[in-house]
Amino acid sequence: MTIEIIMELKDKLISSFLAFEESCDVDADIHLLRSQAIKEFEELGFPSKKEESWKYTSLNSVLKPDYSVFPKKENAIEYGDIKKYLVHNIDTYNLVFIDGIYSSHLSQTTHDKIDVCLLSAALAKPKYKGVIDTYFNKAIPKANGLTSLNTAFSKEGAYIHIHKNRVADKPVQIINFATGNEAALMIQPRNLVVVDENAQVQIIERHQSLTDHPVLTNSVTEIFAGKHAVVDYYKIQNDRSSASLIDSTFIDQKAGSNCSMHTFSLGGKLTRNNLNFFQKGEHSDSTLKGITIIEDKQHVDHNTLVHHQSPNCESHQDYKGIFADSSTGVFNGKIVVNQVAQKINAFQSNNNILLDNKATINSKPQLEIFADDVKCSHGCTIGQLDKDSLFYLRSRGIPLKEARALLMYAFANNVLESVKIPEIKKRITHEIAMKLGVSLGFDL
Amino acid sequence: MLKIKNLHASIEDKEILKGINLEIKAGEVHAIMGPNGSGKSTLSSVIAGKEEFEMTEGEIIFDGIDLTELAPEDRAHKGIFLSFQYPVEIPGVSVTNFIKAAINAHRKSQGLGDMPANEMLKMIREKSELLEIDRKFLSRSLNQGFSGGEKKRNEIFQMAMLSPKLAILDETDSGLDIDALKVVANGVNKLRNKDNAILLITHYQRLLDYIVPDVVHVMVDGKIVKSGGKELAYELEERGYDWLKPEQV
Repeated sequence: MTIEIIMELKDKLISSFLAFEESCDVDADIHLLRSQAIKEFEELGFPSKKEESWKYTSLNSVLKPDYSVFPKKENAIEYGDIKKYLVHNIDTYNLVFIDGIYSSHLSQTTHDKIDVCLLSAALAKPKYKGVIDTYFNKAIPKANGLTSLNTAFSKEGAYIHIHKNRVADKPVQIINFATGNEAALMIQPRNLVVVDENAQVQIIERHQSLTDHPVLTNSVTEIFAGKHAVVDYYKIQNDRSSASLIDSTFIDQKAGSNCSMHTFSLGGKLTRNNLNFFQKGEHSDSTLKGITIIEDKQHVDHNTLVHHQSPNCESHQDYKGIFADSSTGVFNGKIVVNQVAQKINAFQSNNNILLDNKATINSKPQLEIFADDVKCSHGCTIGQLDKDSLFYLRSRGIPLKEARALLMYAFANNVLESVKIPEIKKRITHEIAMKLGVSLGFDL
Repeated sequence: MLKIKNLHASIEDKEILKGINLEIKAGEVHAIMGPNGSGKSTLSSVIAGKEEFEMTEGEIIFDGIDLTELAPEDRAHKGIFLSFQYPVEIPGVSVTNFIKAAINAHRKSQGLGDMPANEMLKMIREKSELLEIDRKFLSRSLNQGFSGGEKKRNEIFQMAMLSPKLAILDETDSGLDIDALKVVANGVNKLRNKDNAILLITHYQRLLDYIVPDVVHVMVDGKIVKSGGKELAYELEERGYDWLKPEQV
């Protein structure tokens, strides 16, 4: 029965492709890429639990709804309605998409020294052809069903190009809203971030549903960090329990580049983060950090890959998870060190707290090391809130709920230390406090 | 202020406290001494409401209220404070923020709003001076990387901030060098008044040179086997505990 339903969505997507292509410019170079990609998707389909990396995450339930692939254009959203989902206390460039469609009146773009605009424009205009030809769809080493599906329907998303020696003067926010105009909606955002040699940028990404209608987002982001480029990327995942997200992000690093990804997973029905770092030059540095705090039947799966392909590089992974009720978490962290990649320092740590008997975490480190002079470490812990610590806080008059919240915050806190935008730290702390339903009586 | 009658308590079916009787009046300082494993720390945890211990018999009355069913936070709000032998570390939460949270939780229980920031700062300044605490110390993560002495000083700082009616100081002298001990004892003495009381739990008579008790109790194998004046502490220092086995009493 379930198989049949999955076939239905797959078939629906394949049969919708022609209509989708007609809505685009078929003469564009990307047309070929899309046609190729839909064929790959037809062949590969959605991943199933039979695949090793999907063993603990089943897409069956999120593939069930009868998703609409073409949203009606409807931009009845005002800034006041969405302000709370933006990090709004600081000045940022904003790229806002509503049901997959770019909203110019809610966005702030620029072409002044850096390009922060929409992908559809970059795909269409000759000016960007060089960058598109060089980078678009080039960070994905091996297509899978989900990335192919996204490429087939790739049309809209963020296009960010920071030119050589430029530092973006303010962070860029990429926000995808789903309005629920459709009974169920599937969106396929596609982002391309190119940061040239010695250039720097900070990016904040969020997917947010505004109603309780089912939403499935299949997002793909490619990031290219040139020599000595610095990229700091923050994903805030705190969606409604009707919305699911499959995020595939590929980061291609040249020599001396420094890239960090912080993923804050605080809500949503099912969230799968496929985060892939490829270190292609010496002295590159990768940071992958995450805080996951979920409850009910929510599911968050962090599937990370750090592929060390060059010598003298570092990678730092630190994922903290707190799981309440019958929520489930997965951490599947793979580190590959090629034979040439000597003198690598690769660290991985995954710590979890299960608050209830029914909560589950599957933590699985995978190390494939082909070089002989490397330092790799990984550690994984699963525990509960410490009773003695709880008693200590309560003996100071802090009620049980707040005491638990404080301990959870303390547990996850060091992930926030590497966040470079103070406003994001505040924001995440606030969202965690809101989520735990407490006021801690001070600003953390 | 505190009346403990025939208190029995156990953990995982092992009886630790075997019939404690103790009365502490306002303005008094009591000391409980005894060998390791006699149940001194258990008694302090049970008074403060640690849930792992089960009270199987007896009662604890504080200001006329039976504490048995009260959560630790409610006992704190009523004025009980426990200075821990091993204070826990809370990374990412500064000493200042922690004490703010504790103070405001107390105020909330009394139906008051948060303490105004300037009032809080003033109080923090006063009390940290009392314990010779460096300003920098206050912005460090709670107990994280603190030396033994810093942890204990921080406990008494919290006591000073919360001004409890009954402060139980569990092995506050352990891990302190003589200078730190003097500072802590001096802080505690300045907090003493006719309306509050202190219960000192200690192995050694040393602390009692600085915080002079009105009554000294000796606890052996879950029972108070002897009570007396401060001179009892000296006797214990000389003779040890062996002459006070419960069956001999």
